[in-house]
Amino acid sequence: MSLPTTREWQIAVGGLIVLIGVALVPFFGSGYVLSLTVNIAMYTVLCTAWAMFSGPTHYISLATAAFFGIGTYAVGLGLETLPFPVLVLVAGACAAALAAVVGIATLRLSGVYFVIFTLGLAELVKQVVTWWQTNFTTSVGLYVFTDFREQHILWMLLGLAALVFITSWAISRSKLGFAMRIIGNDETVAKHVGIDTARAKVLLFVISGAFIGMVGAILAPRFAYVEPPSAFNTMISFQVVIMALLGGTNRIWGPLVGVIPFTILMDQMTAYFPNHTPIVIGLAFLAIVYVLPHGVTGLMADLGKLRKRFKLVAANAGEGA
Amino acid sequence: MKRRNLLKTITAATLASAVLAGGAYAQETITFGASAPKTGPLAGGAAVTHWPAIQLWVNDVNERGGIDVGGTKMLVEVIEYDDATNNENAIRNIQRLATVDEVDFLIAPYGTGINLATAPIIAQYGYPHLAVTAVTDGVDEFAERWPNTFWTLGTSRDTASNAVDVLAGLRDSGAIGNRVALVNVADAFGIELANAGKPALEEAGFEIVYETSYPPTTQDFAPIISAAAAADPDAFVAFSYPPDTFGLTAQATIANLDVGAFYTGVATAFPGYLGANGAAAQGVLGIGGVNINDPGMVDYIAHHEEVTGATPDYWANPVVYSTLQVMEQAITQVGSLDRQAVIDAIHNGTFDTVMGEWTFDGNIIRDYYTVGQWQDGKFVAVGATSPDLPVSEAVVKEGWE
Amino acid sequence: MSIIITGLLLGGAYALIAVGLTLQYGVARIMNLANGENLVLACFCTFWLFSTLAINPILGILIVAPAAFALNWAIYSYALRPLVKRARTRGALEVDSILATFGLLFVFQGVMILTFGGGYYSYNFLRVPFAIFGENYALNRVVAFGAAVAVAIALYVFLYRTRYGTAIRAVAVSPESAQLVAINVPRTSAFAFALGGGLTAAAGALLSTFYTFDASMGVIFTMKALIIVIMGGVGDVRGAVLAALLIGLTETAVSSLIDPGLTVAANYALFMLVLLVRPQGIFGRSNA
Repeated sequence: MSLPTTREWQIAVGGLIVLIGVALVPFFGSGYVLSLTVNIAMYTVLCTAWAMFSGPTHYISLATAAFFGIGTYAVGLGLETLPFPVLVLVAGACAAALAAVVGIATLRLSGVYFVIFTLGLAELVKQVVTWWQTNFTTSVGLYVFTDFREQHILWMLLGLAALVFITSWAISRSKLGFAMRIIGNDETVAKHVGIDTARAKVLLFVISGAFIGMVGAILAPRFAYVEPPSAFNTMISFQVVIMALLGGTNRIWGPLVGVIPFTILMDQMTAYFPNHTPIVIGLAFLAIVYVLPHGVTGLMADLGKLRKRFKLVAANAGEGA
Repeated sequence: MKRRNLLKTITAATLASAVLAGGAYAQETITFGASAPKTGPLAGGAAVTHWPAIQLWVNDVNERGGIDVGGTKMLVEVIEYDDATNNENAIRNIQRLATVDEVDFLIAPYGTGINLATAPIIAQYGYPHLAVTAVTDGVDEFAERWPNTFWTLGTSRDTASNAVDVLAGLRDSGAIGNRVALVNVADAFGIELANAGKPALEEAGFEIVYETSYPPTTQDFAPIISAAAAADPDAFVAFSYPPDTFGLTAQATIANLDVGAFYTGVATAFPGYLGANGAAAQGVLGIGGVNINDPGMVDYIAHHEEVTGATPDYWANPVVYSTLQVMEQAITQVGSLDRQAVIDAIHNGTFDTVMGEWTFDGNIIRDYYTVGQWQDGKFVAVGATSPDLPVSEAVVKEGWE
Repeated sequence: MSIIITGLLLGGAYALIAVGLTLQYGVARIMNLANGENLVLACFCTFWLFSTLAINPILGILIVAPAAFALNWAIYSYALRPLVKRARTRGALEVDSILATFGLLFVFQGVMILTFGGGYYSYNFLRVPFAIFGENYALNRVVAFGAAVAVAIALYVFLYRTRYGTAIRAVAVSPESAQLVAINVPRTSAFAFALGGGLTAAAGALLSTFYTFDASMGVIFTMKALIIVIMGGVGDVRGAVLAALLIGLTETAVSSLIDPGLTVAANYALFMLVLLVRPQGIFGRSNA
């Protein structure tokens, strides 16, 4: 791993300023603005963590809701016995363990098995948790009483966001990141140059899952009451895919570009047109495939290239004149 | 989906008086926020029990000219959101109602789980929370934790033990044996009732020959009914939610489940239950019940049909209406929209409702009906928590035709 | 005994869905995640035909299945063919088709929620007891199973006894070689995709006679169908049928004997087992 370049330092400082700016929102915004900011921060971490794995491998993971729910449950179950920060780490570990099992079972094989497996994973974990709770405990609901308010959740999320960005950057600079890019381009080539592709994929999936689990843990106090259907809400998985791909996964900050507008849009939709939300989600998916195959950041990069070429042409023309 | 239910009948006179009475801050309407399912698994139940009762109350209040607040009549406006039977949406809706719409009061959500999930946040905003469709044993604990909550539909313990009493009555009269099949929906409501029902059954000397729970989204009940039938029970008890109540009954009809008592949960008391099952409904026991012989209740049902075009269920719908009446009377007693004062007034007051006279005992209504039965096309009450409430005799279920 | 019969009756409907999906994925190379919505749409259409026009759901198949065939043909030609052309690798096509069919999934679901609302639907068709070996089963389940068998036999004859059917199987094995023997691959793919959609719709029509359905349950069926397809071997019709019956049996056994809350877990356990032991499917050759 090499040292960060000047440009990267600039980005880091810029990012830090933005983070501090957002952290000040609770002192100015109303309750509603604050809760929207929390949503944006939540999806930012989720999408960035998702893109960490799915961006380079092109495997569409729908396991987000499962990891998220496990994180939430870890807090719900352990709040009486362990301090909250420890629980966040436990949540990350539990999600990582699930990711490892799923990864080892499916990532050795073709990507399709992986998609199918993750498609119902949240449903599976939900069923098992519900079954276990109904048969071995006395209720399915768990109360999560803490002194945390929206602003505390926001600050924790922002801290996690910083961590996820740094991890993403560090991975992209590491041998693992390099291996992932080769795998993403051509898995056969990757195998031939001696990369243990399955191991690399599982490892990255585990890191990504751990972050998602931690987000679920941090969000648990917000729900106050945790039940399987709300903790394992499959829509989270789909929304994360949309937001990340809308933004584009070829830049670390790409998902952010999708998260902000889409979170605001979905918030308005669920409040005023709840019956129209599936259609919006559907159209967003179609837009990703047909209009923005590389996301907004991809489009910007393409436009940038075009402009450079245009400038070049213009300059050549100028010289000719 | 947001709908402003304001009836535009403000006359110049009431406007003027509002301005005069209100002083610097004149407000001519009271806004109520309502978040409950319009989609999702519980939408069907809410469409019978919850929304029409609210619609009826708003209609009645505004027809009277509004709620009397310190001598001024204020019209009622309801802002409605769909929670899609999802806790997360429900919490977000409450947040939005409190911080964006800045409503004066909230109407409690629909469903045990969602009421429990939203209780902390409603308490945080300081609104009175008059829960109806929440049957739980935690009421005393919740009332202590959140003094702004009021619980009106009873506890799982009473609901389940009264159901067991009715079964025991049938057994003691020799109508049925003592083998019981017990199933429940695996959510807050079903699990609590099953946990309360099981010891009650065992204590009453019943033998539980089959027992299972099923997830709230179950759509195929053939395996449950056939497994229950294989255990050869004398009574079948299901603590179920609306979709499953219909599913279980339909499957029991097909399999011709041979039991002398058949009990199902929410939706048994719906008029639609009789419609869907016809003659097969005869003798089915279910959760709920109202005193259908009470003239006030007869009037309420007729009035409900007239205004909303639908028949209310014979359980929670009039209770929803009653909680709104409580809210109205408490606001009038206080004479302002001060939420804490309204909460205190509900604590201490006595209220005249369609369910009779209500006084909250430690935030809880303790006298209510718990078991009803379809008898000759009517859902009559056969079990209640208090001997003061008149009930009919339960009959044995004879076949499905 | 009652478990075996109930399980087989359920497996019959699953078989049709899975065969539909295996045609779409195995032949047309499109992993259609909107397949479950296609099924639910058929449920609603059958319900609507039955409740407004009083058309018998079994006869309703004759309307619903061709309509679904046409719809799926159109979807393939206008929405998916461009992706097939654009894709440089099979992997790229997979990613694109997964995302595009997610889009279709939600659009379908949204349209159904807007039209029919979010409630649960069922209707009363042949809801009478029918005795097999002295135990009662719903007649509508038995009839649905019979119809599923009839459709499956017709399909088998078509695929294994006709020229066009053979062409479809040839494309499933190798599109490149199929082209060499003068098979119009794009057309055959479109036909297979549409046929798959039609079969799924037929399954939906049958399922609606005995199952409570709602606008958002499609994903569960897609998932079951996918698991069945993988178990049976991609593109393998006989494997799909066998795997479907196996899933139907397992689900019923688990929900009767263990807990109705563990059916998805049972599906997954089977799926996991197949992935670990025979990732190429029950009848699949290795390296296939």
